[in-house]
Amino acid sequence: MTDTHTEHTPAERMAVAFARVLRGAGLRAPTGSVLTFVDALGRLHLDSRDEVYWAGRATLVRNPEDIPLYDRSFQVFWEFASGGHVEEPEPPMHITLAVDDDSDEGDADQGGSEPSDEPQITLRFSAMEVLRHKDFANYSLEELRDAQELMSRLRFIGPPRRSFRNHRSRRGRKPDLPATLRSALRTGGEPIRRHWKEPGDRLRRLVLLVDVSGSMEPYARALLRFVHAAVSGRQKVEAFAIGTRLTRVTRELDSRDPDKALAQASTRVQDWSGGTRLGESLRNFNDQWGVRGMARGAIVVVLSDGWDRGDPQLLADEMQRLQRIAYHIIWVNPLKVTPGYAPLARGMAAALPYVDSFVEGHSMAAMEELAAVIATERRS
Amino acid sequence: MVAPSNLQVITMMPKTPADVFEALSLYGYIPDEGLATSVFLAMVLQRPLLLEGEAGVGKTEVAKVLSRWTGGELIRLQCYEGIDVSQAVYDWDYSRQLLHLRASEATGESLGLTTSALEQQLYHERFLLKRALLKAIDHGNELPPVLLIDEVDRADDEFEAYLLEVLSEYQVTVPELGRFAAAKPPIVVLTSNRTRDVHDALKRRCLYHWVEHPDFEREVRIVRMRVPQALDRLARQVAGAVETLRGLNLYKPPGVAETIDWAQALAAMGVNELDERTVNATLGTVLKYREDQDRTRQHGIADLVKQAFDRGIQTS
Repeated sequence: MTDTHTEHTPAERMAVAFARVLRGAGLRAPTGSVLTFVDALGRLHLDSRDEVYWAGRATLVRNPEDIPLYDRSFQVFWEFASGGHVEEPEPPMHITLAVDDDSDEGDADQGGSEPSDEPQITLRFSAMEVLRHKDFANYSLEELRDAQELMSRLRFIGPPRRSFRNHRSRRGRKPDLPATLRSALRTGGEPIRRHWKEPGDRLRRLVLLVDVSGSMEPYARALLRFVHAAVSGRQKVEAFAIGTRLTRVTRELDSRDPDKALAQASTRVQDWSGGTRLGESLRNFNDQWGVRGMARGAIVVVLSDGWDRGDPQLLADEMQRLQRIAYHIIWVNPLKVTPGYAPLARGMAAALPYVDSFVEGHSMAAMEELAAVIATERRS
Repeated sequence: MVAPSNLQVITMMPKTPADVFEALSLYGYIPDEGLATSVFLAMVLQRPLLLEGEAGVGKTEVAKVLSRWTGGELIRLQCYEGIDVSQAVYDWDYSRQLLHLRASEATGESLGLTTSALEQQLYHERFLLKRALLKAIDHGNELPPVLLIDEVDRADDEFEAYLLEVLSEYQVTVPELGRFAAAKPPIVVLTSNRTRDVHDALKRRCLYHWVEHPDFEREVRIVRMRVPQALDRLARQVAGAVETLRGLNLYKPPGVAETIDWAQALAAMGVNELDERTVNATLGTVLKYREDQDRTRQHGIADLVKQAFDRGIQTS
């Protein structure tokens, strides 16, 4: 490790300056990685744009999604550096990078706050029982918080799958040689007592896809709390927001603190209350995550009203693709409870043939039911 | 692929990324500049290299070519859900231990021995089964081996944590025997298909490279190298057709592996250039999903062939 009080080498100065640019652009550049970057630069030519670029790519980037941002930051930095400005370390550089998005709707700050529509102010005592059956669409902010409390009590342990790992058992089918040997040592080398083992069980992965489009607005935030409860209350959970695009929110929701988790997720999701392209989003999910392995043998829960502005055939194709690899598909539709509801939404009708369980999702009681379905359902 | 025989095995460190580029090309892998730089850094900084990318872009092949080039033994660890220490690091040969116990009892040797003395006999290195990780650490060679940890995203979190420990110190502890440390750390290549995120701590320990599909000219060179019996014209047309296929929004766009398979199939059939009938007959070697084949036929095989011809003629 280098002593920070002595003269800095050109490589160190360059690394620190570039790390600052990256952080300014919103990329994480932990000190350990920056030190590796310094080491890497020490082996390369600092005046070669390509070598510096690739050294940074190898040491500071850890996700392909970050590459475009890295590229732009590098370009800014390199122009800056070749202008001879790298020498001057103070004051902290505030370089704002224009990150153009293909969506013109939905600013980050808009997504970070609680729903803005003011609920009717009436004195209401929110007994949990009343809350349990109340439609999420009529929830006030406080009730939403109370719901969080209820949701955190839900249990999500689902059906297990056979594991490769064996565990000891009284009457297994395979001999457990290590244990037999250990007890043989105690009996003078005579394997008198034999031990057995059998395959253990493992938790299945749970994948949650929440529709955050406009038509789901009254429900999305409550459902997101449900998703948070699942992510923080169970292992092997993955969560995505779907709307006009697909956003992975597993990491954002991983915080124990529900308010923090939801704020993080809301900032991440850029297409709150936008349109719905279920088919396309599902296709992205299948391509980028699902078929590669995330959805294989998993329980997949789609929380959506099934309103889709895209091509229903695409949605049907992608649902079929998903069904071929998933263990169980549960579709949660908050509108299902509406009297006389029939899955008239084109998207819903297209998806329904590939759904194993079709459940309600409008109230706390419905979510409890859903948690129970996740915990017990077997493929029919 | 046969390694060039007139060249000595290179045991010294490369001095520049260009050295790596040249060496890999010589031994049958045509890298791009980014991969060459990452491999160079992984070797000189003695850091593991994590390669992520679509299936079939040649991630695993990197480790194989490194082994051919450096002459270090290739040790492969295929990860899967539930992999544990006894499959990845070491295990005791219990049946032989039991036999040993019975034998020493039968010869009366064990009579005068205390349990702990007996135990010491049993937990001896000769009853130790070294699995990939321990083998790569305790290699005892002048030449460090190449350790390929394939599809690390399939293993569990706990295993990743263990890997992090091994890859930080390049040492392994067997409780009954003590610590094994690598005299010379192996060259480590990890691959992931991104079925889930590899833990950040492990990623930070590694150098990272996202492997892309090769561009047209590089793919032509790869086909020429891997399928020498294919004529240049055919290689260019195949690469051109694959480039078109990748633009068709398929479920599984063909990777380099498929390009090579296809060129091999065509060359084996004695085909010198693409035509509609052969493409139709051999489409299954490039596209492994029925839906993708359907979509391509909808796009039009004739168009595909025509585009491939045009691309084949262009020179850059």
